[in-house]
Amino acid sequence: MPNQVDMTVNLAGMVMKNPVCVASGTYGFGREYGQFYDLSEIGGICAKGLTLHRREGNPAPRIAETPMGILNSVGLQNPGVDAFIEHELPYLRQFDVKVIANISGNTPEEYGIMCEKLAEAGVDMIEVNISCPNVKAGGLAYGTRPELAAEVTREAKAHAGPVPVMVKLSPNVTDITDIAKAVADAGADALSLINTLRGMRIDVNTNRPVLKMNTGGLSGPAVLPVAVRMVWEVAQAVNLPILGMGGVSKGEDAAQLMLAGATAVAVGTAMFADPFAPIAVRDGLADIAQRKGLTAVAQLTGAVQPW
Amino acid sequence: MKVERRCKILEKTVLADGAVSMTLEVGDMVRTSFKNPGQFVHVKCGEGLLLRRPISVCTCGEGDPSDLVRIVFEARGEGTAWLAARPAGHPVDVLGLLGNGFPMKKDGRYLLVGGGIGVPPMLGCAQFAGVKPTAILGFRSKEKVMLLDEFADVCEKVLPATDDGSFGYHGFVDALVRQELAENKEYDAVLACGPKPMLRNVAKAAEEFGVPCLVSMEERMGCGVGACLVCACDMADGSRKHVCKDGPVFDAKEVDWNA
Ligand SMILES: Cc1cc2nc3c(=O)[nH]c(=O)nc-3n(C[C@H](O)[C@H](O)[C@H](O)COP(=O)(O)OP(=O)(O)OC[C@H]3O[C@@H](n4cnc5c(N)ncnc54)[C@H](O)[C@@H]3O)c2cc1C
Ligand SMILES: Cc1cc2nc3c(=O)[nH]c(=O)nc-3n(C[C@H](O)[C@H](O)[C@H](O)COP(=O)(O)O)c2cc1C
Ligand code: FES
Repeated sequence: MPNQVDMTVNLAGMVMKNPVCVASGTYGFGREYGQFYDLSEIGGICAKGLTLHRREGNPAPRIAETPMGILNSVGLQNPGVDAFIEHELPYLRQFDVKVIANISGNTPEEYGIMCEKLAEAGVDMIEVNISCPNVKAGGLAYGTRPELAAEVTREAKAHAGPVPVMVKLSPNVTDITDIAKAVADAGADALSLINTLRGMRIDVNTNRPVLKMNTGGLSGPAVLPVAVRMVWEVAQAVNLPILGMGGVSKGEDAAQLMLAGATAVAVGTAMFADPFAPIAVRDGLADIAQRKGLTAVAQLTGAVQPW
Repeated sequence: MKVERRCKILEKTVLADGAVSMTLEVGDMVRTSFKNPGQFVHVKCGEGLLLRRPISVCTCGEGDPSDLVRIVFEARGEGTAWLAARPAGHPVDVLGLLGNGFPMKKDGRYLLVGGGIGVPPMLGCAQFAGVKPTAILGFRSKEKVMLLDEFADVCEKVLPATDDGSFGYHGFVDALVRQELAENKEYDAVLACGPKPMLRNVAKAAEEFGVPCLVSMEERMGCGVGACLVCACDMADGSRKHVCKDGPVFDAKEVDWNA
């Protein structure tokens, strides 16, 4: 029997033909995975995190394997926002897929400048990464202080014109709903979560951390339960659509995030094992929706029945 | 590049102390993605490990119905131990062929240098070369020596060395590289694969003689295809390139050997 479920979802006015995106930093600018399948199969592409100027990132090793997860310390290596607009955006525009630019700044002003450039170039959404250090605030991550997160959100909104702004929350906080509320009040159109959890792995033979930066960000199946819990908490605290991510590798994982309150989901680390993971997640999700007798996958969003 | 989820292990042999050779049926992977000798495959090593393991192609060829890729590897940790324990006839999930390999010209005259588990990929280079090359092969000790007969079949000259002198020349390969480059001025390039300190020394020797040198680098990998940017290699100009996509083979002059 052909699948009858309507897979379209609407994330803050951005309509995607299915709810499965790929997570920023795990998919480059799409060119590599575009050699395996038509990028139009995917709902949306969160492009590699951009900064105002080109960055070479951190020294290697930048990856360590952990139980059902990985740690990374790439350090935002990217060609800069202008190079993205000139060389990468035209490539992505060939496909029937939503393009979500992901940005990080050293100062709130940098976020503003990048939003202006991207809005003019015409992306479908801007994802504001607030897990990076604020140089002006002594290197403190924006994402850990409600007032800093709100300031960046306001700056982004002021310069993004009609392009919806989605703020990506860090899980490395005591109460993620505090940040979510501050960002919502500052005018964010959507939220994405979770970014990576800070972690560390030590080589017991050498007594050295595996990562050259000593610590890094944890992702992969190990973080899924944390992501589900945080999406659930945030969905109750604010009235904004959520792009849920963290450890999704199959349809059931995506369904959990949607039941917890996500409108759409993103797949990241799972692609390192299987380049086709986003397509498998999409198909698995459709099967689950069909099995549950739903007419639209969007009916999963927030349908959890807590005890 | 392709994902072949069920590559049958056609043949499995133990070559030397700890080194396993496996020939895999890889569908049309070679036909569709062979560029040069020295590319690699990214192998899934069981369900419990999230990351694939990069292994160089030793030799490969087109076939009917299936192309064949031979890999040679050492069991170092959990992933390679899992792979080494897979019996012939079983399937493995392979992503490949990845990277660019050594850009070899059919009429080029090459000095091939391999060290340890960096020896096997040089066999593919030797087979590919139109003019029979010379191979300098370094091993830790006699127990680790492998593939010599197969190199002899396709090389003009094979010069083995061991660190402890238990077989062949007593010492490191860069001494033999200097000796060979001093005696023979006709090499177009030195191609090398092995541990980083060895590569640095070989690159230095080649530079002394003004011969271009290409080296195959290792780095920890995620995606293997150029999307995640974890496999950074520091370049002499201060930039960072990626071993999986830009490499694994680089011009030795481009690499920052002090990093
Ligand atoms: C381009 C390339 C070609 C290679 N070719 C060969 C080959 O032909 N034969 C061979 O025996 N080995 C080769 N290696 C090294 C091989 O990838 C590692 O020995 C293997 O990944 C170790 O995995 P493990 O699970 O056994 O070890 P663990 O130490 O348990 O692995 C933990 C993690 O570290 C990574 N890792 C550990 N050592 C290395 C290393 N030296 N290089 C890259 N990643 C590493 C693993 O992939 C894994 O993600 C190659 C590496 C690269 C980058
Ligand atoms: C190698 C790597 C690079 C990443 N780079 C970025 C980035 O540039 N910007 C960003 O907002 N998130 C980045 N992330 C975080 C992911 O987008 C995602 O939030 C996280 O990995 C959780 O999802 P996953 O478990 O499906 O990978 C990166 C993650 C990985 C593994
Ligand atoms: S391993 Fe992902 S870019 Fe090289």
